[in-house]
Amino acid sequence: MARIMSLAEAVAENVRDGDTVAMEGFTHLIPYAAGHEVIRQGRKDLFLVRMTPDILYDQLIGVGAARGMKFSWGGNPGVGSLHRFRDAVENQWPRPLEIEEHSHAAMANAYEAGAANLPFAMLRGYIGADLPKVNPNIKSVTCPFTGEVLAAVPAIRPDVTIIHAQRADRKGNVLIEGIVGVQKEAVLAARRSIVTVEEIVDELSPPSPNSVVLPSWAVTAVAHVPGGAFPSYAHGYYPRSNAFYIRWDEIARDRETFTAWIKENVLDARPEDYARHAETSAKVA
Amino acid sequence: MTDFTPTEMMTIAAARELSNDDVCFVGIGAPSAACNVARLTHAPDITLIYESGTVGTKPDVLPLSIGDGELCDTALFTVSVPEMFRYWLQGGRITTGFLGGAQIDRFANLNTTVVGPYDHPKIRLPGGGGAPEIASNCGRIFITMALSKRGFVERLPFVTSMGHGEGGNTRERLGLKTKGPTRVITDLCILEPDPETKELSVVSIHPGVSRERIVENCGWPIKFAATVIETPAPTETELLVLRDINARTKKAHEGTGPGKEAA
Repeated sequence: MARIMSLAEAVAENVRDGDTVAMEGFTHLIPYAAGHEVIRQGRKDLFLVRMTPDILYDQLIGVGAARGMKFSWGGNPGVGSLHRFRDAVENQWPRPLEIEEHSHAAMANAYEAGAANLPFAMLRGYIGADLPKVNPNIKSVTCPFTGEVLAAVPAIRPDVTIIHAQRADRKGNVLIEGIVGVQKEAVLAARRSIVTVEEIVDELSPPSPNSVVLPSWAVTAVAHVPGGAFPSYAHGYYPRSNAFYIRWDEIARDRETFTAWIKENVLDARPEDYARHAETSAKVA
Repeated sequence: MTDFTPTEMMTIAAARELSNDDVCFVGIGAPSAACNVARLTHAPDITLIYESGTVGTKPDVLPLSIGDGELCDTALFTVSVPEMFRYWLQGGRITTGFLGGAQIDRFANLNTTVVGPYDHPKIRLPGGGGAPEIASNCGRIFITMALSKRGFVERLPFVTSMGHGEGGNTRERLGLKTKGPTRVITDLCILEPDPETKELSVVSIHPGVSRERIVENCGWPIKFAATVIETPAPTETELLVLRDINARTKKAHEGTGPGKEAA
């Protein structure tokens, strides 16, 4: 059964140095507050997994919390480069970063294989592409029925998956709606999971019976962190701050401005500070 | 004739490639602008799909990312990312993929991964995302990017997604039944692969552009098809729709989001 606790407790109990950590959310519901708590608690040597390591992983890489990263698209969507990621790969700053690079289709399939307790995923993928030449974790498998050769990648099995969701009830059942991404698979593939939520409510009362619900007994910890997905968004609560994504380009371009930003907005901040983003947006909307 | 920029011509020429019957997997940036201009002009019933899982989306402003809330709010339905790539893309339901890229070669292979060696890159680019499987699983591929020597190169440092491979029948040899890139729409001209060799050649030149300018801006000795036509200039309606959506988009992206500082 999921335990409802503070974000600091959830991270302290569930994220350990050296862990393979997946923080998911496909543009929507990115767990920024939880990622920042991981930075504040000084976790190190993490192997980060995420399809689209955007600003959040730029920050984790920039502070030196990661030894490696498995990913499929590492940019600032619609804006350009992730400068901290580039600095790590091009100049090994602040430390070298081992990368395992896939396509989106392979990552999505690999999470699904993890959730399904299978050792690997297969797909009709990477045809004519160069990634299999540089990533030894892209292999092939022959269909025993047709003889077709398909791409094979190992299942993703994180030590801990961290996501943000709209709501949980008091028992710790979690509801996600809108762009649901790969979060359900990422949670079910992991040994432990942390879910931060906008609200804790008496009843989930899903407006649509097809909302994604993760039952309390499939989740380890739930923490109430309103605004915790900012500057990404929480559908029905607050919009994506495209303005911040655009501005990150400037902040992250330079090591000094990045470090100063992290000190002011992560190291010297608290999870409660996120609430203002939810409140301000509610007023705007 | 109204004045227009090369980028406007590129977006509008790209939009014209699409029709109501297309089920189109949309890349972010230039492809997204073209697909939405098509939807707002001659192809109102086109199905636009973004890899975040939004199907049949009709955004009022262009999304900055492939998963902006606007895409989900206006979609016919939204699926999970594994379902998107497994059932809809790999399942063969998508007629057209619309891609951009940092670099392209004469056989329409694309690079968005690295400049320089993979292990010690001079420039680390974002990577492939959905492109490797979009390029192989969609019925056909349109590519749109500005023509420049840096972008249209003799040899790619890395093949992120395959177009026509080494040319000729590469795709067939690898077991692909999809067409691959059929049109490349640039800001100066439109290219098509030669039916036999699959090498890209110029089939249509935008108004006011000389052959010399095209040759100068391409990193390989570019060929011209036997018959080359002039691309029709943008109509007033096309320009109006494009400028409107760009203005709405600029306003929305600069204005969205609360506060001056993020936590």
